[in-house]
Amino acid sequence: MDFINTNLPYLLAGISVGGQYALIAIGYTMVYGILRLINFAHGDVFMCAGLIMIYAVTWMPLYIAIPFTLLVTVLIGFLIERVAYKPLRTAPRMSVMISAIGVSYLLQNVALYVTGGLAKMYPTIPWISNTVTIGTATTKVVTLITPILTLVLVIALVTFIQKTKIGMAMRAVSKDFETSQLMGIKINNVISATFIIGSFLAAVGSLLYFTNYAAVIPTSGAMPGLKAFVAAVFGGIGSIPGAVIGAFIIGICENIIKGLGWTTFSDAFTFALLIIILIVKPTGLFGEKANEKV
Amino acid sequence: MKKLSKNNIITIALIIVVYAIVFVLEKVIDPNSMLFIVLKKGAIYALVAVSMNLLNGFTGLFSLGQAGFMLIGAYTYAIFTIPVEYRDAVYQYFGGGIVQFSIPVIPALILAGLVAALFAFLIGLPVLRLKSDYLAIATLGFAEIIRAFFQWDTLGPVTNGSNLLRKFPTFDSTLFPFTVAGICILLIVLLINSSYGRAFKAIRDDEIAAEAMGINLFKHKEMSFVISSFFAGVGGALLAMFQTTVQAMAFKSAMTYEILLIVVIGGIGSVTGSVLASFLFIACSEWWLRFLDAETYIGAFKVPLLRAGFRKVVFSIIIMAVVLFYRQGIMGDRELNFDRILRKRQKFIEKTQRGGK
Amino acid sequence: MKKFIALLLIAVLALSAAACSSQPAGTEAPAEGTEAAAPADGAKVVKIGVFEPASGDNGAGGKQETLGVQYANKVQPTVEIGGETYNVELVIVDNESSNDKAPTAAANLVSQNVSIVLGSYGSGVSIAAGDVFNKAGIPAMGITCTNPQVTNGVDCYFRICFLDPFQGTVLANFASKEFGAKKAYCLSKLGDDYSGGLCHYFVEAFKALGGEVVEETFPEGNSDFTSYITTAQNSGAEVFFAPVSTEAAALIIDQAAGNGMTMPILAGDTWDSNVITGAAKGKNVKICVTTFFDEGAESEAAKAFVSGIKEWINSDATAKANNGGNDMISAVTAMGYDAYFTALEALKNAGSINAADVLKALPTTTYEGVTGAIAFDDTGDAIRDAAFVKEVDTATGGWKFVAIQGIN
Repeated sequence: MDFINTNLPYLLAGISVGGQYALIAIGYTMVYGILRLINFAHGDVFMCAGLIMIYAVTWMPLYIAIPFTLLVTVLIGFLIERVAYKPLRTAPRMSVMISAIGVSYLLQNVALYVTGGLAKMYPTIPWISNTVTIGTATTKVVTLITPILTLVLVIALVTFIQKTKIGMAMRAVSKDFETSQLMGIKINNVISATFIIGSFLAAVGSLLYFTNYAAVIPTSGAMPGLKAFVAAVFGGIGSIPGAVIGAFIIGICENIIKGLGWTTFSDAFTFALLIIILIVKPTGLFGEKANEKV
Repeated sequence: MKKLSKNNIITIALIIVVYAIVFVLEKVIDPNSMLFIVLKKGAIYALVAVSMNLLNGFTGLFSLGQAGFMLIGAYTYAIFTIPVEYRDAVYQYFGGGIVQFSIPVIPALILAGLVAALFAFLIGLPVLRLKSDYLAIATLGFAEIIRAFFQWDTLGPVTNGSNLLRKFPTFDSTLFPFTVAGICILLIVLLINSSYGRAFKAIRDDEIAAEAMGINLFKHKEMSFVISSFFAGVGGALLAMFQTTVQAMAFKSAMTYEILLIVVIGGIGSVTGSVLASFLFIACSEWWLRFLDAETYIGAFKVPLLRAGFRKVVFSIIIMAVVLFYRQGIMGDRELNFDRILRKRQKFIEKTQRGGK
Repeated sequence: MKKFIALLLIAVLALSAAACSSQPAGTEAPAEGTEAAAPADGAKVVKIGVFEPASGDNGAGGKQETLGVQYANKVQPTVEIGGETYNVELVIVDNESSNDKAPTAAANLVSQNVSIVLGSYGSGVSIAAGDVFNKAGIPAMGITCTNPQVTNGVDCYFRICFLDPFQGTVLANFASKEFGAKKAYCLSKLGDDYSGGLCHYFVEAFKALGGEVVEETFPEGNSDFTSYITTAQNSGAEVFFAPVSTEAAALIIDQAAGNGMTMPILAGDTWDSNVITGAAKGKNVKICVTTFFDEGAESEAAKAFVSGIKEWINSDATAKANNGGNDMISAVTAMGYDAYFTALEALKNAGSINAADVLKALPTTTYEGVTGAIAFDDTGDAIRDAAFVKEVDTATGGWKFVAIQGIN
């Protein structure tokens, strides 16, 4: 019991962070599944959602600010795809990836300009910012909400992809880009839908994440973004359940590492895990085997 | 000996002229001018960008580990050149460190490259079997792991933990980075034009075809990776000299992205492009666009938007525009070629003469 | 045409985020050189460089320190040098709290021919830029950089604040005497000279007092401190020592309260900032810091300074935004104010605006400032033997004066 009491806080923190990574990781994995693109800007969209929320609450009540934040974030995600990725659809994959890095650079610099380079404090959202005590561990309500909300959203998303027409189109496009185009699927709409869903989930993730860790700086999105990407690769990129499980594993492991006193290596560990999985099982836990086309 | 072509003669002449101009400028202009900062940093970034281009542009390996290898180079240089009498002050928490000797600058620069190359060799063994994006993300991961190791307290007697290394020899003259970077870039160009270079390009254009032609894929990839890292290491050491201090924290993935953007702006697969782009990039970011950061009044009218940070916004918009609309960059995959320019000029003259009649 | 539209879209995308900002565009930091208003009366100009962070980890603190210098410049915009009146022009550069950007920012100051440099907040950037100033022979005066390496072996660097070995000892004494702590938890940022150095000296002193220590570091960009707090709680430590930047501090305070941490948090001079009081207000935490100055100081000069600068901050929207939106005076602001006047004193003693002359005059320069008497020792460090200890009043969101502490 003593063991549980001392270690419960690490586990709770791990699950909570894992859930937030999961929400970001879905955006990576869906985009990669369809466009074969590592959307480096995704972590920065997550950061932008945090900043928008901060500015939104200063001139509107909270219950409007939250939907407003979600909406604007979705719009940013949509615009990024239209402006920065769509013109490069026929270009080599490296060009698109470089464009993604460019967008990430742009978003960070705009954030730097807007905030003046200082950390902005995230508003307190009632109820989920309250503290609760479980056993001997004290934590915020959001820590408990996160995994539940994540699971609900993932189940909804999987149902959406399985049951709806646009979901079917998404699956078709990720299987074979060109053939699905020939079958009459409007590729651009499908891709936009992917980015909208990804950005929406990132915005929800940012609400939870920044309620826990209440300061937003222009580079706030970089590390969570990279880790979420690692989670997506770990779970098998292109697979939504894989991304979610990968995210929880990484979140929990990271906090265990910190609990063991290896704080210097908490980030390095994530990448070491990535490299090991890439070498041992390049397709990740649940990834499909990619056929090499000549 | 092979007779030099007209193109090569002009190129060599041009390079000599550039060095001569730098030499004269140093005599004439105030040595504290921003111009020399841009020239120094530009030369260093040119070297690093060309070394990255060797990998990304000429071999088609999308690696994002450049900052990691620069870090190794910078640290190696610093650790072995800090004069013994300063070691107690620099390694203040580690009793002066365990390295109690120092070596001259030039051997240290070469050593910096060699250590980076050694790391690259080891990292390359597993990583180079991965394909495109996976390779990119794995090398990025390794760069982060390297950074964590250099900051590790237990290695403190060697790396000074997460604290600054300083007091090592640096350079005053702009000619020093110009010469070192120039020699290194020349070596890379010679390599690219050798049979190895042709094998690299074959791998870039079509791996499967290259393999069928009898090119040992892994061996050549590893070679390109190690050589590129060697020069990244030398570049890192130069950067350490330029900054006068080294700290692992600075070598983040953002640095790799910056170099990648230079390569893209210059043109993937063009050495000349990378060199031109790095001077342009550094000049814009450090010097020319600085006015955007200052609040400016024209008469009583306050120019809107101008305030701290605007420079970076404008700068990143320019970069996005290049990435989207000038995908070829400044030079595409061409090099500076005077034969072509001369031919064009000849045609132009003929045309105007005919028009005149 | 298509290209043009796409280009336009990028611009819109970039600016839409800016438009979301409710702040009017003018409320941010004054950029470099904005103070460089041309003297109307044709008087001669002496340039003083201000080498401070306006962005990055230490941006908030750097801005507050710069405020002190700016206010001092407002109070005393001219100086008498060698029988002539000079207008003082501040040249402000942003070193971005980053050790690799610092040398370029310093070189920028050098290229503008400043006579003396003030700054910086955060020791790392000062250490990194030390050689640049040294090579150019321009004297630099640290305001609140407390790491010994800043002046050690760098002839041009001076400073007016106390040092970390002193501060660490004071804090260790305080932890052991005031809280009766036998075990301390120390948290520093990986790669940060300031927090790493201060922890090092704290640990040294605390162990000498017979205490036990648990040390940990967190990497840059980390915002999850719950694991560190849990480790501290599990280790049985009685005091949480975290002399980190204010950005991280706000997160630590918030998460410490969220995790129900009851042990007192102890920190150095960086925490004397309204960011801390803002984060701790209304929360169940106990926070004590050592610092250079207390707003309730008794001396006439200090009282005049506090009331004067408050008036200025309240009347100037930019200044208020740079001070974090209220008029609470941080110690670093007072130190900035004193640094400016010490610099003027050095210029007067030098009798010339030539950097080399100022450098010669600086070691013997003394000044009676609002934070106490300022004089330099052989290495260029300030001779100071007392630190203020303050505690956050979580009910009002202000500071409570606790004690003036020396080493003994």
